[in-house]
Amino acid sequence: MSDNILNVSRRGFLQGIVSTGALVLSVRMIPEVLWAAETSAGSHADRAVLRPSVFVGIDTDGTVYLVAHRSEMGTSSRTSVPLILADELDADWKRVKIEQAMGDPRYGSQDTDGSHSVRDGFTTMREAGATARLMLTQAAAQKWGVPVSECESDLHVIVHRPSKRKAGYGELASAAAKLPVPKKEDLQFKPKSAWRYIGKGTSSYDLVDLCTGKAGFGMDARLDGMVYASIEHPPVLGGKVKSYDEKAPLQVKGVKQTIPIKPFTPPHHFQPLGGVAVIADNSWAAFQGRKKLNVAWDNGANASYNSDQYKKELQDTARKPGKVVRNIGDVDTAFAKGGKVIAADYYVPLLAHATMEPPVALADYRDGKVTVWAPTQNPQAVQETVGEELGIPKENVTCHVTLLGGGFGRKSKPDYAAEAAILSKAVGKPVKVVWSREDDIKFGYYHAVAAMYMKALVDEKGKPTAWLQRSVFPPIGSTFALNTTYGDAGEMGLGWTDLPFDIPNHRAENGPAENHVRIGWFRSVANIYHAFAAQSFANELAHASGRDSVEYLLELIGPARIIDVKASAPDYDNYDGSPAEYPLDTARMRRVVELAAEKAGWGKRKMGKGSGMGIAVHRSFLTYVATVAEVEVDDKGEVKIPAVHTAVDAGTVVNPEATRAQFEGAAVFGTSIVRSGAITAKNGVIEQSNFHDYPVARMNEAPYKTSVYMVDSDAPPAGVGEPGVPPFAPAVCNAIFAATGKRIRELPLSKSSANT
Amino acid sequence: MMQIKVNDVARSFDGDPNLPLLWYLRDVLGLTGTKFGCGMALCGACTVHQDGKAIRSCVTSVSAAAGKEITTIEAISKNGLHVVQQKWIEYNVPQCGYCQSGQIMQAISLLKEKPRPSDEDIDGGMSGNICRCGTYQRIRAAIKAAAGEQA
Ligand code: FES
Ligand code: FES
Repeated sequence: MSDNILNVSRRGFLQGIVSTGALVLSVRMIPEVLWAAETSAGSHADRAVLRPSVFVGIDTDGTVYLVAHRSEMGTSSRTSVPLILADELDADWKRVKIEQAMGDPRYGSQDTDGSHSVRDGFTTMREAGATARLMLTQAAAQKWGVPVSECESDLHVIVHRPSKRKAGYGELASAAAKLPVPKKEDLQFKPKSAWRYIGKGTSSYDLVDLCTGKAGFGMDARLDGMVYASIEHPPVLGGKVKSYDEKAPLQVKGVKQTIPIKPFTPPHHFQPLGGVAVIADNSWAAFQGRKKLNVAWDNGANASYNSDQYKKELQDTARKPGKVVRNIGDVDTAFAKGGKVIAADYYVPLLAHATMEPPVALADYRDGKVTVWAPTQNPQAVQETVGEELGIPKENVTCHVTLLGGGFGRKSKPDYAAEAAILSKAVGKPVKVVWSREDDIKFGYYHAVAAMYMKALVDEKGKPTAWLQRSVFPPIGSTFALNTTYGDAGEMGLGWTDLPFDIPNHRAENGPAENHVRIGWFRSVANIYHAFAAQSFANELAHASGRDSVEYLLELIGPARIIDVKASAPDYDNYDGSPAEYPLDTARMRRVVELAAEKAGWGKRKMGKGSGMGIAVHRSFLTYVATVAEVEVDDKGEVKIPAVHTAVDAGTVVNPEATRAQFEGAAVFGTSIVRSGAITAKNGVIEQSNFHDYPVARMNEAPYKTSVYMVDSDAPPAGVGEPGVPPFAPAVCNAIFAATGKRIRELPLSKSSANT
Repeated sequence: MMQIKVNDVARSFDGDPNLPLLWYLRDVLGLTGTKFGCGMALCGACTVHQDGKAIRSCVTSVSAAAGKEITTIEAISKNGLHVVQQKWIEYNVPQCGYCQSGQIMQAISLLKEKPRPSDEDIDGGMSGNICRCGTYQRIRAAIKAAAGEQA
């Protein structure tokens, strides 16, 4: 345990003692001492008496320390993943203390994205829990001199069945610690019927703190003697500072100095954007100081980027043959035969994450080492990025993970943490970098703008015999490698190459597009525009032949079967899930369609004038979701969403309460995408800046009620944080068509105007 | 020198009188329960009470709050959890939770004005508070439950 680091934590943050000059306040800013592991020498779990894995430690007082190695951004990872271990350990949840892991490769991947924390953790956590439980059982058997087979756990105690003797976990911890750690083959998992927590619904470990202002977000991190920084970033991606006024900002009361930050070396990756930082003794003074910097910029090549022009280019590309990413049969020959052809273009703009907590990080650099407190989805990426920026080994970067005020993929990219580290080194003090909302909207890693072209040949019953789909978007790969213009297998697998329709001639293509802004992951990623195009177009075909939308959709999906996607799309990666464990199963897809339709009263209810229902189904992150949206469109074209019915098959659901919340939230997130979300650029500069020109859904615009129906399943757990988003927009747009006869092919509505 | 009462403690401040109350609370006093979301009165994350009524602290300068009584989320539960907080917990409202201090302060203020709020009253009172995680449905349910309880 290094004294230096211990002292850092003692200097206020962990104890929550804030000193402001003569005035000393005792403010608790963290739920408890365990909120961030205290030293790089180890966690509380490591220091416990019995510690059979890095994820669990049991002390003689019976306290069970569980390490949350994934980040908490509102999806409940910090609760739901340790909950799996607690269940298998048969621990009393009330005696569990959750400790947030620092960035450390010994926990494996800590990347909290891709809706895979529960999926990844399910086996690991159960193994750790079963290991600890077996060691405690063996210790009890030894103590009583009885066979292990006569002993079993019962909520934090081991019981000897024949004699009814009991011993608590705390009492057994020391003896258990002396035993060898059992081999994996010797572990026995609890049967599903014995699960105490999994599938039952558990509220957030931090719930009370979140309702009392005590929870510790990145924005709330403080250290004695720290200063605040706000950064004027280049308005155009790749821009450089030519000159600026060093003196004028100092006229602002509280501003201490200005510091230039070097521009990134392309590709931008997670590097800071560069610019000029203003250092001050509070956030607001730093914001004010920026207004006096008067920076002259060399904007560079991206200054020619205009969203209007770019949109035309994408749409033109979408009309030209692209790279084939999936092929079944022969689309060209089928189309050449002639018949009824239907074609349509779809478009989704750039989107910004707009996490409620803007990017923010606190860093303290001293003697070649740096400690960072950041709301990050990936602390190991913080270590790597900060290490590279400062030219120090990543082992010398300690990253504490705070709670995140929303993530949605933005906080997978640690550029802001690197800024804090660079500035702390330059200033010689702890520095907190605070992004304003304007910074957040203007300098994001945006969700890609995309144009899709769809074309189908239909038979006399309206069923497609040939189907061509083409999507064009600036790929996320452009963030990591120059001249990347095509989507990778991962992006294409997000709802494009895996479209499970039963069509004899089917081809998916991807066209090239250059990036002029930073492109990044955004809740459900390419699934958003792919599902919008595929599910809207499917609905267009249904209406073109006068068919019921649900019945037609089921016919498109076709009979229950397992689809071998790789046979037609060799690069398909199935979200890194093995096809044996996570097959693409149309029976499950059909079931969610039927369930959502049934619950919504599809076809059984009379919808009034201006009202309608729409359906969409989509599999993403290995979870099947069907959504029926009800809309009401008034004379002015204003759209209300009184009800949403979502059916979900996510395999084994660890935390139904959190899962329900994720799908409710996804409907609101989807509402923002449908109604108003659009980022645009003029001369390379983002035109939006705050919630007035980048509106997100408010209470009066959000669905009034979202009902979530979960399919009971023994399949392995799949994702729940993201999969609610993709089917939402097409369900609403299909409902708008049912209500008004107006087809929405471009998002958001405010641009497409349902009002005509 | 300005006098301002925060959570029942009288304080004096001689810094920039234009400093928004939000940053005075957060950066100077270390009362970080009140959040920054937009700085333009667009999101409600910074909501506190001034003489018992909800205001946006990001657009209220310290000088404008001088002589007033300010209450933040940290002090709303000084005599045990407020009924609104209790209902927030019962209905599992928060996801990330970042907006919730502001939502709770706004809801308490709304219920003072409208002890039995209709759906329209709730829309009217709460639509200035953004929740990017989308917890509106639970917020509405929790407000109705709190209204039932305090009546
Ligand atoms: S921060 Fe004050 S309303 Fe958004
Ligand atoms: S709970 Fe995350 S913004 Fe409201």
